[in-house]
Amino acid sequence: MRGDLRHVDWRSLWRGLIGRDGSVAGRIVPSTGFTAQLTLLTAGAMAFLAVFALALSFATGRLADRWSQSLAQTVTVRISAPADEIESQTGIVMAILKQTPGIAEARMIPEEEVEQLLAPWFGPDVPVEALPVPRLIEVTESDDGFDAEGLSLRLTAEAPGAVLDDHTRWRQPLISAARRLRFLGLISLALIAGAGGAMMALAAQSSLAANGQVIRVLRLIGARDVTIAQAFVRRFTRRAGAGALGGTLLGMLAIAFLPNMEQAGGFLTGLGFQGWGWLWPLLIPIVAAGVGFFATRWAALRMLRAVP
Amino acid sequence: MIEMQDVSFGYRGGGALLSNITLSLPAGSFHFLTGPSGSGKTTFLRLCYADLLPSGGHLTAFGHDVANLSRDGIAMLRRKVGVLHQDAQFLDHLPVAENIALPLTVAGQPVDMKALKDLLGWVAMTNHARALPPALSGGERQRAALARAVIMSPDFVLADEPTGNLDWDMSMRLLQLLVELNRSGKTILIATHDMDLIRAARQMDVQARVLRISGRRVQLAGADL
Repeated sequence: MRGDLRHVDWRSLWRGLIGRDGSVAGRIVPSTGFTAQLTLLTAGAMAFLAVFALALSFATGRLADRWSQSLAQTVTVRISAPADEIESQTGIVMAILKQTPGIAEARMIPEEEVEQLLAPWFGPDVPVEALPVPRLIEVTESDDGFDAEGLSLRLTAEAPGAVLDDHTRWRQPLISAARRLRFLGLISLALIAGAGGAMMALAAQSSLAANGQVIRVLRLIGARDVTIAQAFVRRFTRRAGAGALGGTLLGMLAIAFLPNMEQAGGFLTGLGFQGWGWLWPLLIPIVAAGVGFFATRWAALRMLRAVP
Repeated sequence: MIEMQDVSFGYRGGGALLSNITLSLPAGSFHFLTGPSGSGKTTFLRLCYADLLPSGGHLTAFGHDVANLSRDGIAMLRRKVGVLHQDAQFLDHLPVAENIALPLTVAGQPVDMKALKDLLGWVAMTNHARALPPALSGGERQRAALARAVIMSPDFVLADEPTGNLDWDMSMRLLQLLVELNRSGKTILIATHDMDLIRAARQMDVQARVLRISGRRVQLAGADL
């Protein structure tokens, strides 16, 4: 393969790819309408899927960043104490939090918010006051951060019912899952590229097999293997690029017109591209053309060399 | 131009078709190659343009041992050899003129339109320049194939039963074209079992010799024509 690349005449290849299709070199291989349509369609479908895999990868990446960033900046202090001590322990905890360096804000979560937090499990209108629900204090740390271990020890000593929950235990699996999803999105992109390349190689081999007479004539008049291969490569590279461009644009349109789910929230809210991120999918047709080029060239040269 | 030293060849699964052939085809010579059907005339020609490689001995073409040539080297060798087959094949989707110019196209050389028109005129195909090959008659196909075979100005022209599908008048016309090529210095080798064609060459005042394949060997038959 490396040897093959050394013999690639990049200048003539570029001319061949962007040149007019009306030249004789561009028409050495007869046009096969059905195969051409199939390759265009397949390249388009692959690109369409690639756009979604890319969007998934970006969305999960952002999700992982958001979770780790937002969760890393907030911790919760939970106070579980007998009814006659709860107020005093809450006061002690608030005082400690105000004195602790690295804490930007400490806010006791009001009953209405606690009610909302419990709603998924108990339904609406939960009588929070009738339940043994601990007091919750949301602590926002400053950029400098605070000494979680020291704070935890001090709370245990001065307010025995208070527990510092820095979310580490449950935050980490979520972030790992999001990162794994992003990785799977990238794997999907690689698989789509591989499947696209395999499809192009098969289509090129089929085309070569169907054009035996063309190859015999070209060999008789002194065409080199690379010249014959290039006639096929040029055609399939163009098809791969054009099909992928169509599929990419359709995929981008589909994502752009996804329903707005800001309120419903969740994972799907972030599925898409943001800002300059919309330029990333435009790389897909270029990559598809590159994959088409190398897959077709490899398949064509391999097949031509197998025939004496 | 072509030197053979103890050259042998046999197809896989079959016995030797040609064996111990030692001969020389000098530049500017004109040879007929005769022999019964299946004697190996086409195989001999294919060895000459490295479409087949000898299974024994040494075949030197244009100073190169063909056994040592790379695939690209063989392609370059074929650019120096014009080949004419009985069943001339073309790219059926390209017009005749583009088919004739195809050797220049694949070699990356510019097509001189005036030279192409002259060539079309030489083989009397000017009126068919834009026709597609399937629309040509047998004689027109052979003349178009001859034009394609010589457009790169090869030193050596091989013809395998070039008149097999042609009537007598058309055969004479094609032979005349090959004789003209020989007079311009090209080396010509024509494989044929048509003795009348060989006799007709006598009338054209050409220094031709006859090679005959017999018993897997190639022999020089008789005196010069």
